[in-house]
Amino acid sequence: MSEVLIKIDNILKKYDDNVVLDGLSLDIHEGEVVVVVGPSGCGKSTLLRCINALEPIQGGMITFRGEKIDGRSKTITALRQKIGMVFQSYELFPHKTILDNIILAPMKVQKRSRADARKEAEELLDRVGLLDKKDSFPRQLSGGQKQRVAIVRALCMHPDVLLFDEVTAALDPEMVREVLDVILSLAKQWKTMVIVTHEMSFARAVADRIIFIDQGKIVEEGTPSEFFDHPKTERAQAFLQTFTFDKVEKEA
Amino acid sequence: MTSLGLDVLFKGINMQRLLAGLWVSLRISLIAIAISIFLGLVVGWLMTRKNIVIKAITRVYLEIVRIMPQMVLLFIVFFGTTRLFGWNIDAEVSSVIVFSFWGVAEMSDLVRSSLISIPKHQYESAYALGMSEVQTYLSVIIPQTFRRLVPLAINLITRMIKTTSLVMMIGVVEVLKVGQQIIEANRKSSPNAAFGVYLTVFILYFIVCWPISMFSKKLEKKWS
Ligand SMILES: Nc1ncnc2c1ncn2[C@@H]1O[C@H](COP(=O)(O)OP(=O)(O)OP(=O)(O)O)[C@@H](O)[C@H]1O
Ligand SMILES: [Mg+2]
Repeated sequence: MSEVLIKIDNILKKYDDNVVLDGLSLDIHEGEVVVVVGPSGCGKSTLLRCINALEPIQGGMITFRGEKIDGRSKTITALRQKIGMVFQSYELFPHKTILDNIILAPMKVQKRSRADARKEAEELLDRVGLLDKKDSFPRQLSGGQKQRVAIVRALCMHPDVLLFDEVTAALDPEMVREVLDVILSLAKQWKTMVIVTHEMSFARAVADRIIFIDQGKIVEEGTPSEFFDHPKTERAQAFLQTFTFDKVEKEA
Repeated sequence: MTSLGLDVLFKGINMQRLLAGLWVSLRISLIAIAISIFLGLVVGWLMTRKNIVIKAITRVYLEIVRIMPQMVLLFIVFFGTTRLFGWNIDAEVSSVIVFSFWGVAEMSDLVRSSLISIPKHQYESAYALGMSEVQTYLSVIIPQTFRRLVPLAINLITRMIKTTSLVMMIGVVEVLKVGQQIIEANRKSSPNAAFGVYLTVFILYFIVCWPISMFSKKLEKKWS
């Protein structure tokens, strides 16, 4: 198997006395697409936020290529550049145009020239079909378009891994596809990704490995076909049940 | 002309006197506004920190300013301090003190509310891109705060300019006071002077405040 990129080692995450992640361990390998699923409130978002130190952890350790991830260390901004994140609510900067949203961090953080950052941003926008929107403001775009821009913004930093937190959950159904297609094309290019989603058919298509979390612990993991077709644990079976509906039998 | 009472304005140097009075009003408000903006930014930012002591002090300060009519504050600073401490504060200085005391409170509350109206996710998406705290503030948070703050601050500024008419109560001869003096002096010769003079004062205030609020509207439109 390829090299371990992110090593999550027995982490503990609490909010006050509420334990959210409880001794969770997970290795993410280079080029791998890991999809995290589980019931609402089980700690999926928290896990992603711990990976790029938006949340401090109270125990265990997370390393990126062997380097410890710590929100208080001086190297955290360098590490975060390697870890792209896309949020459910897009979080574009409303006062900047699409192009300026994308090139802000490459220019400020990586000190790239405007021309260079701009050239790459335009190429990436073109790839997701949004080049004509480069001078628009976020408010002028649909949800699906904003989310594609958010992905481009993360990509323009050349991250080694991308974290997606339910990036289609706020979208109208007809816009889900255009965003998922972008992620699928990234998977084809061997991008390393950790994806939290409630779209089960997408999870099956994109994942190399499914992680099922419940109550802050990994309950089950396996390939998509192992997990979806032959879930081993009762909790995973019950979780998958919630996505299927039996034909209504009308009462006599 | 005579019936509207506008004739008194052209008697002697009455118009210049009114304009000089306007300048007194503006001088007081401009100094107070400058102090309010500067200190308001600092205090407002402090208010968003999680320090309990700062929170308590600013809270009490804000409440006092909200409860007290500006006129009472003027009397306290101008007459009260003379009685109590034997300080002899000039009326215009007293006015600047009171208006700054008021302006800093309101301004800092505006700064605070603009700052906390920026969602936490805006900070986080900047951090997730590898931006430092300073870069995040400079490029993401402050520009957005500023856009929310400017229309609110301009509203405060025009209110401060208007409210300076109160300072005549402690003997500052500003535009309204000059107007009253002119009316008094011409009571016999032009009994309608009140209308003409107050109309002129109204127009003078309008000329000062209108461009400011137009400017604000324009910015708001540009940024919306
Ligand atoms: N800032 C916070 N302060 C306190 N508790 C929090 C905070 N953020 C999350 N939690 C709690 O942590 C738990 C896990 O939350 P998390 O957002 O990680 O769940 P999730 O698996 O992403 O759920 P969903 O599918 O609904 O997004 C929840 O019980 C939540 O109430
Ligand atoms: Mg979540």
